[in-house]
Amino acid sequence: MREFRYERAADMAGALTLLAAEPGARPLGGGTNLVDLMKNGIERPALLVDLRDLPLGRIEPTADGGLRIGATVTNSDLAAHPDVRRRYPALAQAVLAGASGQLRNMATVGGNLLQRTRCGYFTDAAAPCNKRSPGSGCAALTGEHRNHAVLGASPHCVAVHPSDMAVALAAFDAVVVYETLDGPGELPLAEFYRPVDSNPQLETALPPGALITGVVLPPAPVAAASRYRKVRERASYAFAIGSLAAALDIRDGIVHDVRLAFGAVASRPWRARQAERALTGGPADAAAFAAAADAELAAARPLPHNGYKLPLMRNLAVSVLTELAEEAAR
Amino acid sequence: MTASTSSVITLHVNGEPRTLTVDHRTTLLDALREHLGLTGTKKGCDHGQCGACTVLLDGRRAVACLQLAVAAEGRAVTTIEGVAEDGRLHPVQEAFLELDGYQCGYCTPGQICSALAVLDEHAAGWPSAATADVRPEAGPPALTDDEIRERMSGNLCRCSAYPAIVRAVAQAAKAVSA
Repeated sequence: MREFRYERAADMAGALTLLAAEPGARPLGGGTNLVDLMKNGIERPALLVDLRDLPLGRIEPTADGGLRIGATVTNSDLAAHPDVRRRYPALAQAVLAGASGQLRNMATVGGNLLQRTRCGYFTDAAAPCNKRSPGSGCAALTGEHRNHAVLGASPHCVAVHPSDMAVALAAFDAVVVYETLDGPGELPLAEFYRPVDSNPQLETALPPGALITGVVLPPAPVAAASRYRKVRERASYAFAIGSLAAALDIRDGIVHDVRLAFGAVASRPWRARQAERALTGGPADAAAFAAAADAELAAARPLPHNGYKLPLMRNLAVSVLTELAEEAAR
Repeated sequence: MTASTSSVITLHVNGEPRTLTVDHRTTLLDALREHLGLTGTKKGCDHGQCGACTVLLDGRRAVACLQLAVAAEGRAVTTIEGVAEDGRLHPVQEAFLELDGYQCGYCTPGQICSALAVLDEHAAGWPSAATADVRPEAGPPALTDDEIRERMSGNLCRCSAYPAIVRAVAQAAKAVSA
């Protein structure tokens, strides 16, 4: 591991000044991904700016009936919060589906959004990887890509984003809020992660030196009937091979409002707007759910070893939406 | 190691303030084992994937291998050496002994520290991925074997003593709440 300086920021202005003065600086939340990547030389920061003293550890209601979640709220506190569990249950479920109890106690919301892909070639310093070493190529295209992207990928990178939390946030139209030395800013989650192009090393639309201060969830009555389901290769403590956040509001047998987001299929949480459009105003039955999933997956371009993700995501959508529809009918 | 890449820190380890100088690259795990001689906390994968290094940080379980020591400055650390009180084993330790919740024993300090936190988290009403209904109105989940398996899933045991570990955690939960 490269030697580095460490500063514990006393306040927001101090943190922003430290981050702006040193291009090789990284903010430190829980460190569960950053420290791991530093150990194998993938991340080589010159300075860590510890955010633990910043007042970003609260979950508060917003004036319009949503929630504001601070950037240093831990995954554990987010998943245990009564308002999150009551009003956005799929978000609590998504967070609980990720990592382990130990890691959830350490990991923070801001770090969760900024965590890096678990593509084995990204974390192998000896392998070509355009995300880690721009222009070096993508070893996954012709290598081990069983768990890589089927939607929105480019010939330059087929890695998937590993977050469960971000999938639920995408379904609920979350907005990422940040501070810079020039003032605050915000990015809807749908615009926070850049589409993959020829520069997969550029992952977010955050301006240089910006510090995420939190995530704002707008009020979403539909989210009260929501679910997150994760498919993985062992029963617990593993990354998804496919996941789904869904919320469904049925009135008089017709889909009044629906939210769908797919995880582990793209470089970012994949809001399934085609599927939502296909369902809204129509019947809430298995045939409609399957047709909606197919509409979303029509744009998929699977690689030789990950075509299984298409039927997996279709079955996941039908299964979760059918459960939500049956529960709504009770 | 230079002045700008090392720091003097104080950790409150098992109730005792311990002041030490650490290179910033030092993890809490290495600080405990190599600087303070507390070798009860084990190094397994050193990448946050096995749970062998689980300790309690300000009362909450954490993997010491991904926690930088410098960033733990001022915090309370409980290791396996601090779990027994006044020479009496904690009920979680008693249950692991009685029910053989191990074979080689290497993962056991982490399993026990994790189990202590599982009991606290469950008592606080935290749901888990095994909880059918996470809404607060559903009430706290019962600590079933499925709940224990899910909550302990961050602690691997390569001897695969899992069935006995689950029984030990269930027995300890009864003992603690009795």
